[in-house]
Amino acid sequence: MNAEEIRTQFPILKQEINGHPLVYLDSAASSQKPRSVIEAIVRYYENDHANVHRGVHTLGARATDAYEGAREKTARFVGAASSEEIVFTRGTTTALNLVAASYARSVLREGDEIVITPMEHHSNLIPWQQAAKAAGAKLKYIPLQPDGTIAIADVEATVTERTKIVSVAHVSNVLGVVNPVKEIAAVAHRNGAVLVVDGAQSTPHRRIDVQELDCDFFAFSGHKMCGPTGIGALYGRKALLESMEPIEFGGEMIDHVDLYESTWKDVPARFEGGTPIIAGAVGLAAAIDFLEQIGLDEINAHNEKLAHYAYERLSAIEGVTIYGPQHNRTGLVTFNLGDIHPHDVATVLDAEGIAIRAGHHCCQPLMRWLNVTATARASFYLYNTERDIDRLAEGLLRAKEFFGDAIG
Amino acid sequence: MQLDDLYRRVIMDHYKNPRNRGTMEDEAVTVNLNNPTCGDRISLQLQVQDGKVKLAKFTGEGCSISMSSASMMTEAVKGRTLDEALALAERFSSLMKGEEVEFEEYEDIEALSGVNKFPARIKCATLAWNALRKGVEQGRMN
Repeated sequence: MNAEEIRTQFPILKQEINGHPLVYLDSAASSQKPRSVIEAIVRYYENDHANVHRGVHTLGARATDAYEGAREKTARFVGAASSEEIVFTRGTTTALNLVAASYARSVLREGDEIVITPMEHHSNLIPWQQAAKAAGAKLKYIPLQPDGTIAIADVEATVTERTKIVSVAHVSNVLGVVNPVKEIAAVAHRNGAVLVVDGAQSTPHRRIDVQELDCDFFAFSGHKMCGPTGIGALYGRKALLESMEPIEFGGEMIDHVDLYESTWKDVPARFEGGTPIIAGAVGLAAAIDFLEQIGLDEINAHNEKLAHYAYERLSAIEGVTIYGPQHNRTGLVTFNLGDIHPHDVATVLDAEGIAIRAGHHCCQPLMRWLNVTATARASFYLYNTERDIDRLAEGLLRAKEFFGDAIG
Repeated sequence: MQLDDLYRRVIMDHYKNPRNRGTMEDEAVTVNLNNPTCGDRISLQLQVQDGKVKLAKFTGEGCSISMSSASMMTEAVKGRTLDEALALAERFSSLMKGEEVEFEEYEDIEALSGVNKFPARIKCATLAWNALRKGVEQGRMN
């Protein structure tokens, strides 16, 4: 895989920021888009757009084919048994909220348990808090090891026969750690619970096979994997999706409407009320083509290599603290630089054309677990190179120099 | 974009040697405020007597801009009436919008004018002043 060549396919990366060539190290928040994805969306709007699943005219048929074709491609991409198991959503957050608002509320009884971890993004935490409160269920946390990893013994000790739902991140957006999803699925299933996986950070980088992972639901976003914003998907086992009530009602999702009663379409249409995100789905399909052409295994190897290189480069800088395990991590490094606040670090780097994330990363409980209020995070993708990490390291030295007096 | 426009010496001095940092034992109006997008937080105490801010103290966690702004604000409001304190907060908002504003009462504040060129950092600078507005409101009710 040639990252230098791949980079040329991303128009946005060609610019200068504050007089320096842009180094984009915030792909875990949102990735940039290759020309092929941008052009697919433009092509769709210039040639094929109409509303889907209605009308008999040619454009309507073309738009429907494009939208349903994207669903089939997405199903194949994550290893679903059929495209009926893919619900298009606005992103990971909406997908997880759908499971929490529909599935969880129908199965949870007072005294039941939901099990999650302290490393969850707020979008895989608050929906469960709310579902637990509504049902009188108990929200439990699998404790983390000192390096931020999950031990299966702790999963076994936390999940009980009262547990109905276990929900974990496949990859942490702060620690970069890859969680043992398949092993967690086995524990959940042994206790009669379902496993929900937040795949927002894993899907852009790793080959996903939901049947191999043996999870029951899997949520991810298009915009973190070279696709447009506003589109994501929920994979759900067909039998589970069929047991769920819709949470949004309106056009597209109905079978028969009477004055006082209505019935729903089959899955997945019953969860997609209103005109769907057609152009988003077209863009997502183009992003999948783009990633598959390069190869997910290649992308994963490239990211792990960059993460390893960044870990080495950054830990060699005096005053840098890196959070999360040294090994078994994906393409991001979360860190702090001495007592310099991450906002200040990010502003100095921005002046050098380097974009990183600073803050709590939508993980306030994890920040408390790490005993910090905020951190800086550099995250990598297929268009980043070791040179980008060298620039980051140089920028950090400059930040140290700049704030030397302040922290001395 | 010049970093020195943002991180002026006066600002770094307030960051390094914050004025009025700490808590007070005496009866005081207390405001706790977070910046939910970034995790900065401030706890501001105002001792209000006869309609005046007798003393202001703060604790909190945040970047150089938010903490230096808090340090300056607590210096500036000391001895001011609640109306004057609120007027200061208004003028600070104008400063953040890029307007030419003078702070004769406490000139250090003018060093924060550079924040205006860093839109992502304006919310850092305004945290303490938003706490002041809330504190004044509470002070009026008591």
